[in-house]
Amino acid sequence: MLGWLLGELAGLFEWFLEDVYGAAMGLLAEVLGVPMLGYPYMQRAYLAAVCVAVIGPLVGTFLVHREISMISDTLAHTAFAGVAVGLFLNATFELSLSPLLTAFVVAVVTALLVELLVEHAGAYTDTSLAIVLTGGFAVGSILITATGGGIAVGIDAYLFGSLATVSKGDVGRLVFMCFFVGGLVTLAYRPLLYVTFDATAARAVRLGVRRYKRLMVVLTALVVVSAMQIMGVILVAAMLVVPVATAALIARSFKHSILLAILAAEFAAIAGVTLSYVYGIAAGGSIVVAAIAVYTVVLIVRKLPADASLRALNPSNRRQAGRSRDVLEADGGDEQQ
Amino acid sequence: MTTETATERHPADPIISVDEVSFRYGERPVLEDVSIDVEPGTFLGLVGPNGSGKSTLLELMLGLKRPDTGSVTLFGDRAHEFDDGKRIGYVAQNVTETARDMPVTVREAVAMGRYPHRLVGRFSRADCRAIDDAMDRVGITDLASRRVGRLSGGQRQRVFIARALASEADLLVLDEPTVGVDAESREEFYHLLHTLNATGLTVILIEHDIGVVTTYATEIACLNRRLYFDGDPDEFVSTDTLAAAYGTDQHVIHHDH
Repeated sequence: MLGWLLGELAGLFEWFLEDVYGAAMGLLAEVLGVPMLGYPYMQRAYLAAVCVAVIGPLVGTFLVHREISMISDTLAHTAFAGVAVGLFLNATFELSLSPLLTAFVVAVVTALLVELLVEHAGAYTDTSLAIVLTGGFAVGSILITATGGGIAVGIDAYLFGSLATVSKGDVGRLVFMCFFVGGLVTLAYRPLLYVTFDATAARAVRLGVRRYKRLMVVLTALVVVSAMQIMGVILVAAMLVVPVATAALIARSFKHSILLAILAAEFAAIAGVTLSYVYGIAAGGSIVVAAIAVYTVVLIVRKLPADASLRALNPSNRRQAGRSRDVLEADGGDEQQ
Repeated sequence: MTTETATERHPADPIISVDEVSFRYGERPVLEDVSIDVEPGTFLGLVGPNGSGKSTLLELMLGLKRPDTGSVTLFGDRAHEFDDGKRIGYVAQNVTETARDMPVTVREAVAMGRYPHRLVGRFSRADCRAIDDAMDRVGITDLASRRVGRLSGGQRQRVFIARALASEADLLVLDEPTVGVDAESREEFYHLLHTLNATGLTVILIEHDIGVVTTYATEIACLNRRLYFDGDPDEFVSTDTLAAAYGTDQHVIHHDH
């Protein structure tokens, strides 16, 4: 029954990917005269990046404002150990586990362990997170070299991310994660917000704070592992932090800040993937640099004196407008270098 | 709901009853043999020197910690088992510092008071009215769309009070809420608490400024590991409990209102 359902879903997704999304992108490629939009592997890369740019800031918003965004970096590095565990088991016992599956398991288990430790110790500390982060990475590097270097092949794809290796199944998983993470955050939005804003008061009014703190770290583990393939272990945390920091500068409300963070991330993701293709450079790095460029632009525009930014918007004042456009371009230029 | 019918049967049943409670952190005793009842409608000021166990007593009262010995009841239930968060409003220590950079609007923060009523799903008309009324009562309606982090200390406090009002809580608990707030806002703030207390809200407050709290509270409890005093503010001012509890020369500046 479940197998049949999964088969049907996979079929439906394949139809969507090729006949709906693929066709639309093909049309876009012709209309815009940009052939890369027509290549199936680039279409998959764009869709994957778009999904990552939804779930990253969605969960990252709660982490950043609870001031525990370091947890995402920690879990990413232990997920690397998970990948290594999978590859090691496969090499040693001739299994064919997906390294991503073991990464999910290791990251989620680590997330819950860290959270349990925090419940006893009282607070996250830089030191304890740094120990878990480096410890996870150390175990990963040991396992990878323990089999005589044979499995070290392809590890770069996990460390730095890769667009070329995004399969139909990967995109399917990311789209599923979008709905799954999105659904959970929507359902638990209120308690998550309360716990993020004022955890002590949330406890006092019996909101089940522990449950939601655990949910938050498990969601983080899921997001980090899902996004790892594109962004790479080392850079994935940026997707949960940089767009959120950008949005926090100008958001009018918390909901608005989530929306803005996703928009900033989408811009960075699409720009990053495009630049990565055009210049043959790393996708993860391009996306992060694009995200930081957006942050810098927003920071500068916000810091401009109110009357100057108003004059910049007013086309009658060419001198001012020209100057501020120079600033924008100087910063946008970062993306292309 | 059993608690509510109990309250109806015995209108004078205490909201909180702390009975011979002791608590220690590791080897260090924090509270020893403390007993105190909080009756409905009280404005209890909890005073004592730094490290006297005030915050711990507050956490025990709310059931956030469990006593080593003795018992605490909250609205008739054992405090740590009590689960009707709607009846409690809580304003944490240093609210004037929390969430400085978090983009939460005043309205969003006040709306959190309704979360214990409605954790998922759309707010009803009654929910929205409670939020609007709460903002109106503390005079922050015109700040509704401002970010909490960009308000002054005094304005922020009002936001947190409004959150408790929006939840239609029976008990408002505040842990040193006026730290980092200028004297004028502090007076206004106490005046607001006094007004709310007069309409039937039970208030428990930790305060280090003894002068201001003896002016507005209806009951003073003076704590330094043990309970040194529990009773009328005027009596507290006129006796030398303060010196006994603090162990030094202390003068109360009783504000004139």
